[in-house]
Amino acid sequence: MELKLSPEDAAFRDEVRTFIAESYPPEMRVPNPETDLTKEQSLLWHRILHKKGWIAPLWPKEYGGPGWSVTQRFIFEQETSRAGTLPPLAFSVTMVGPVIYTFGNEAQKKKFLPRILSGEDWWCQGYSEPGSGSDLATVRTKAVREGDHYIVNGHKTWTTLAQHADWIFCLVRTDPSAKPQSGISFLLIDMKSPGVTVRPIITIDGSHEVNDVFLENVRVPVENLVGEENKGWTYAKFLLGNERTSMAGIGRSTRYINKLKQIVKAEIPADDPAHLEFLRDIARIELDVLALEATELRVVAQMARGIDPGPAASLFKIRGTEIFQDITELTHRAIGNYGLAIREHPVSANRFMPGPDYGHTASEKYLNARKLSIYGGSNEIQRNIIAKAVLGL
Amino acid sequence: MDIQFTEEQELLRSSVQRLLRDQYAFEARRKIVASEEGFSRKQWAAFAELGLLAAPFSEGAGGLGGGPLSTMIVMHEFGRRLVVEPYVETVVLAGGLIEQLGTPEQQQSFLPEIIEGSKIWTLAWTEKASRFDLANVTTRARREGSDYVLTGAKTMVIAAPWADYLIVSARTSGEDRDRGGVSLFVVDRRASGVDLQSFKTIDGRRAAEISLRDVRGQLLGAEGEGVAALEACRDRAIGALCAEAVGAIGELNSATLEYSKTRKQFGTTIGAFQVLQHRMVDMFIAHQEALSLMQHLSLSLSTGDSALSRLASGAKSKIGYAGRFVADQAVQLHGGMGMTDELNVGHYFKRISSINIQFGDPAFHVLRYAQLDAAA
Repeated sequence: MELKLSPEDAAFRDEVRTFIAESYPPEMRVPNPETDLTKEQSLLWHRILHKKGWIAPLWPKEYGGPGWSVTQRFIFEQETSRAGTLPPLAFSVTMVGPVIYTFGNEAQKKKFLPRILSGEDWWCQGYSEPGSGSDLATVRTKAVREGDHYIVNGHKTWTTLAQHADWIFCLVRTDPSAKPQSGISFLLIDMKSPGVTVRPIITIDGSHEVNDVFLENVRVPVENLVGEENKGWTYAKFLLGNERTSMAGIGRSTRYINKLKQIVKAEIPADDPAHLEFLRDIARIELDVLALEATELRVVAQMARGIDPGPAASLFKIRGTEIFQDITELTHRAIGNYGLAIREHPVSANRFMPGPDYGHTASEKYLNARKLSIYGGSNEIQRNIIAKAVLGL
Repeated sequence: MDIQFTEEQELLRSSVQRLLRDQYAFEARRKIVASEEGFSRKQWAAFAELGLLAAPFSEGAGGLGGGPLSTMIVMHEFGRRLVVEPYVETVVLAGGLIEQLGTPEQQQSFLPEIIEGSKIWTLAWTEKASRFDLANVTTRARREGSDYVLTGAKTMVIAAPWADYLIVSARTSGEDRDRGGVSLFVVDRRASGVDLQSFKTIDGRRAAEISLRDVRGQLLGAEGEGVAALEACRDRAIGALCAEAVGAIGELNSATLEYSKTRKQFGTTIGAFQVLQHRMVDMFIAHQEALSLMQHLSLSLSTGDSALSRLASGAKSKIGYAGRFVADQAVQLHGGMGMTDELNVGHYFKRISSINIQFGDPAFHVLRYAQLDAAA
């Protein structure tokens, strides 16, 4: 399904398509880009996009954005995702960048924004804590003002790719006596500061994506406070809004469905009754994708007319993640007995993995995708949001 | 219908429970899985000493005569503790086939070694293109004197790296997918011409791709009738795997319930939220249904019900779907913690995922259940 594009937008789409085909680094085409690339490798595409001026579609032109319309941004998102490119690090470009240019001061903008655009700084997100998952407003990491510094103590968790990070943006409690939402501040912390410790968390697929981050008497200069003290909750909510909109994942789902079709064709003979069952299951998922894509296009058309979907955007997170989980599960089923095997991490070329190449990442993807309905505000929380903010229940 | 355990069965259950409680805590299991060999010969010896390796075999064969109900009891406890040692492979699959098909000489030669714990066995039936079809066999065997010589390849053979002996299905006549013409052979895993490529499975076991080139094998059972034998073997395996799955489901439910009563968000325990309460009620119902079917199947295996194989497929499917639902929700309700390697929840998830592949997934078995009805 395509948007009805003006000739200019169609030309833009062709330009994006050609650019990706000509410039996406072949060394980033590995079996599982999310786990198999080194930090340097995963930044290759980032740097290419930066050079082209396309690294931050969301950003206003004055801060280094390309100055695209809503439709152009959507086209870019669609094309990059259909082509299976690894998206630039969301924590840097999509999350902390917009917070800094929206709420930060001039010095912060000057210091941080160019380094985000160039990929020089790698950011991670210090939101969740062991006691604060869905209920983020209860963060307990403390920041106490001492002269020109805050002294920060606490424990952040589920911190994605903190092992690579130069900086972490943190929600910290600056006023313990205020109501939970009103005593929080938004603080930028250099990961090289004394007192910052990163501990890996290995997940059920055997990969190392997330971490615990311990903050022990970390001295943070007051100039790293974003906006006003105790107003951090506002900035945090602003950021989470950005996180939710791009979660439909149509391009990714479409790519994985195409791969699944090839696997079914290769693995299950047409005269096996299971073949027809798989075709039916795949068709049902395709219809789910079609319906979500149509919804996304409808919302994009509305946004182009200046209508904000608001909290209804939660539906993209819910359905996008459910659909992708269904696809990974069906793919894992399609490879039959080979679904019992899993690649060992850290990946070593010498390790033996049985079965055809197309099945090698099916198990780890299936297991890893269980996180999708949990992170970024669990799907239960997203349903609460729609119930309250959209349906008025 | 509710199985009232006899005194002996109760004793079996409590002794397995005690052994695993003392020696198979989650951290101890983690060490076993991470060890060089990937399973514990010390545990295996303890199982032998306790009589677990003798439990299902008839007294005539040197066993304790416990039958399928003893397998159910053992496997249910193994499922609760995620035991990785190859009990299904050695005792249920290979032991069962030897008891069912072996000549008196073969029984006397092989069963005592299984029962005393000195030899490990597994069954190699899956091939690259076989998927879940027991009759899809391209490995070939030809007669040479009193022996047979096998050539071909088997895939995803769980416990093969640990095994001393393999039971291999190979074609002695017919075309690749013919039901007739498949025979079973005992093969020494270290025999010349047997090559293994080993790897780890998602549930912390070891498996191998096996290539066979002119390998000597000893016929087990009647030539050409291997598929019927494998079907009966699969029914027994399903009984064991279902009991294991139900044990895992029960543990996931307890862990999730406990977590929901202690984990606080938004000023209250998450168990206070109705949407999660209903989820856990559905998990409870899934467990109850699975438990009932497990017992029903094990009783039918004991009495040799005529519709046994259809019931086995039905139970494999229904318990498979129940397991997947419970495992999905247990991870979901534990939030990020459920995704970690550190917590046991994800490991139950992975074991249930594996069970759902072994001997056919829930979709395969619901179809077989329907087809056997239509054929009746």
